[in-house]
Amino acid sequence: MKLTLHVWRQKNAQDKGRMVTYQVSDVIEDMSFLEMLDVLNEQLILNNEEPVAFDHDCREGICGACSLTVNGITHGPEKETTICQLHMRHFKDGDAIYVEPFRAKAFPVLRDLVTDRSAFDRIMMAGGFVSTNTGGVPDANAILISKRAADLAMDNAACIGCGACVAACKNASAMLFVSAKVAQFAYLPQGQPERKRRVLNMVAQMDAEGFGGCTNQYECEAVCPKGISVAAIALMNRDYLKASLTEV
Amino acid sequence: MMTLNPNIPSGSIAEKWDMHRFEMKLVNPANKRKYSAIVIGTGLAGASAAASLAELGYKVTAFCYNDSARRAHSIAAQGGINAAKNYPNDGDSIYRLFYDTVKGGDFRAREANVYRLAQVSNNIIDQCVAQGVPFAREYGGYLDNRSFGGSQVSRTFYARGQTGQQLLLGAYSALMRQVGLGTVQLHTRHEMMDIVVVNGHAKGVVVRDLVTGKISSHAADAVILATGGYANVFFLSTNAIACNVTAAYRAYKKGAVFANPCFTQIHPTCIPMSGDHQSKLTLMSESLRNDGRIWVPKNKGETRAPGDIPEDERDYFLERKYPSFGNLSPRDISSRSAKEVCDEGRGVGPSGYGVYLDFADAIQRLGKHTIEERYGNLFQMYERITDEDPYTVPMRIYPAAHYTMGGTWVDYNLMSTIPGLHVLGEANFSDHGANRLGASALMQGLADGYFVIPYTLGHYFATSGQAKVTTDHPEFKKAEEDVKARIDSLVNLKGSRTVVSIHRDLGKLMWEYCGMGRNEAGLKKALERIPDLREEFWSNAKVVGNGDSFNSALERAGRVADFLEFAELMCYDALSRNESCGGHFREEYQTEEGEALRNDEEYTYVAAWEFTGVGNAPILHKEPLDFENVKLQTRSYK
Repeated sequence: MKLTLHVWRQKNAQDKGRMVTYQVSDVIEDMSFLEMLDVLNEQLILNNEEPVAFDHDCREGICGACSLTVNGITHGPEKETTICQLHMRHFKDGDAIYVEPFRAKAFPVLRDLVTDRSAFDRIMMAGGFVSTNTGGVPDANAILISKRAADLAMDNAACIGCGACVAACKNASAMLFVSAKVAQFAYLPQGQPERKRRVLNMVAQMDAEGFGGCTNQYECEAVCPKGISVAAIALMNRDYLKASLTEV
Repeated sequence: MMTLNPNIPSGSIAEKWDMHRFEMKLVNPANKRKYSAIVIGTGLAGASAAASLAELGYKVTAFCYNDSARRAHSIAAQGGINAAKNYPNDGDSIYRLFYDTVKGGDFRAREANVYRLAQVSNNIIDQCVAQGVPFAREYGGYLDNRSFGGSQVSRTFYARGQTGQQLLLGAYSALMRQVGLGTVQLHTRHEMMDIVVVNGHAKGVVVRDLVTGKISSHAADAVILATGGYANVFFLSTNAIACNVTAAYRAYKKGAVFANPCFTQIHPTCIPMSGDHQSKLTLMSESLRNDGRIWVPKNKGETRAPGDIPEDERDYFLERKYPSFGNLSPRDISSRSAKEVCDEGRGVGPSGYGVYLDFADAIQRLGKHTIEERYGNLFQMYERITDEDPYTVPMRIYPAAHYTMGGTWVDYNLMSTIPGLHVLGEANFSDHGANRLGASALMQGLADGYFVIPYTLGHYFATSGQAKVTTDHPEFKKAEEDVKARIDSLVNLKGSRTVVSIHRDLGKLMWEYCGMGRNEAGLKKALERIPDLREEFWSNAKVVGNGDSFNSALERAGRVADFLEFAELMCYDALSRNESCGGHFREEYQTEEGEALRNDEEYTYVAAWEFTGVGNAPILHKEPLDFENVKLQTRSYK
């Protein structure tokens, strides 16, 4: 199939950036979206133009690097699918496709479709862990965890840290990302000793990074490639309220 | 002549690590902050090492090329992690895990390292649970286990089909905690370009900032490489796109000998290739073989849909050939058997290079719900890629390059032949011999990072007697100049072919001549053609943009340039090893039934290669392997 691509090009963080139109032919249905961009890039290089920069690595939906907004939807039109797992069979010959970076104040564009998502790392530094050093821990089966609690923790731990939730939110809120980590530990006994500190510190860092608040539109849940539920946000809000009233 | 001293401690196999820990020199707690280490790579091995060393009080600087430490390719491991806990009470023990790993590696691994790996495997599970890794549980609240290839006990711990992700996020959490405490300086989007050796010891690195292009030097008392494997030499592999051999290859060029480069693992359960556009292959976890049955039609040229082929016209070839291990036969054996039936013309799918992995029986026995619970995300991934529903149509799978057992040679302390340069995880060679068993990569990466290097690096610091070096040292200046010159030559490539197209050619060449089956004539042909391809690269490749900015074309060019040299080393190794063992199948050396034929008399050694210049034959050094505990025997899974 032949496609018309409108792609965001931006030289560096200081550049204003603009949409540029390209034609790509010889696109096959079995290609992934990123393989289609590979075709474009090969074409650009042979024409002495710099290739479109985009973050990607594992190309199997787990590393969380890829981060494109396609036709206005983060990670494109398919539900629970990263853009690297979206295949061209979902498009048709002659389509015009708009490709933009994940946009949010806290995710500045570095080049073309590449953004700086290090704010997520800093939120993790603030409390996304159980404070345990290597060694000196009990036997793994000494900590009993009900299957239900383990499953709920795993549902939330599945977050790949891609940032689609932020880019899809009109407030650029990171609450789905933060609450997924808060909820993972809240469901587990290992997370209890630091439960209050964790939620207070992670939320404080989230605010400091310039992410907005949640106004219950659930755009985040709709685009999350791992299907993380907004129930996590509700849990985090309850924990935050309790912690702010009781933690001194 | 270099002598390889593996520094294996004396004593019985079960006492070695214990005694060694006692005999190693310690660094006083108050003095630890005076020592610094650089860690390259933040996957399982790198992140766990960086965090653990920082917790002890050492000063750590870590680098990764991704935008976050959480994205290293360890994250993509699906199935699980082994440990000798024997929770299911099915006869497992440290000795059995050790035995299975040595046998699974086809007797080409170092016994002492493997035993230590089995010993610390239990600590890893304890550590990860303490971190809040949500492993699968039974209803009673205890940990659940499943089985994996090459083993008759259930010793694999798992977190749905995302075990690597959960373990990496555990190590990443520990790392970020230390970054927050200021004990680790973490530099993301930085790629290591060279190692700096002063006075014979590794003292630092030169890195490139992938956003600004800035080249900078960093000095420390030791350098740790945890930079993964080199399966992308095949272009198509299950590795992430950016996985490369550059760091290990730079170390090789600076004098670290490289061990068993031809030991590469072809994983049996990957989604078959669909066309030339493809940028990578996707693995379907081996855990699927617990419940899926592998088969092809008995007749060549079968055209019926799989559901229409009656039971007696199907060949469940693994169950037939290896009745006791069946669909859970080790990876090398399963991969070769699949290739065999496809070469006979009985393969399935549009290309004829595929076999069925069928869940119909399991769904009937256990119900769709149980299968969904065990493998839901894998089934979903399969459907995305192929547009077929594996609950109703059998999956199609085919082997693909996946893991590399070879790597930088290290001694028992995980130190390379450059003193101070330590190598962990997939990047070293030590534990898996000629074939790695499933669910052992995660185990080894974390064993090295959490429970080996924190002890052995202290010993190096306490005994090396090396003076502090700063980046003002001329060796750093020289290394920086070399790096800049290399980047200049890459950005000045103005030919007519893209780097990716040359990489694809290299991959095809390697897959054909140094892939699942190898022979003398083919390897010699590859050794003739690789230099031509390298020449093609340096005379006709095209790189646009410059070195002073974000330039993904330049990054790829640097990595491919190293693969084009490294590929030759793999072929030399494969050619010199006149036997078949594990993932190295030399077609000349097989039994009448087509099984691998080892030659223990002549090849029970680690082949460690020394660099002698680009295009020159490397020098072979041999580390003899002694099997004092596991008797050398023909590996049989029948």
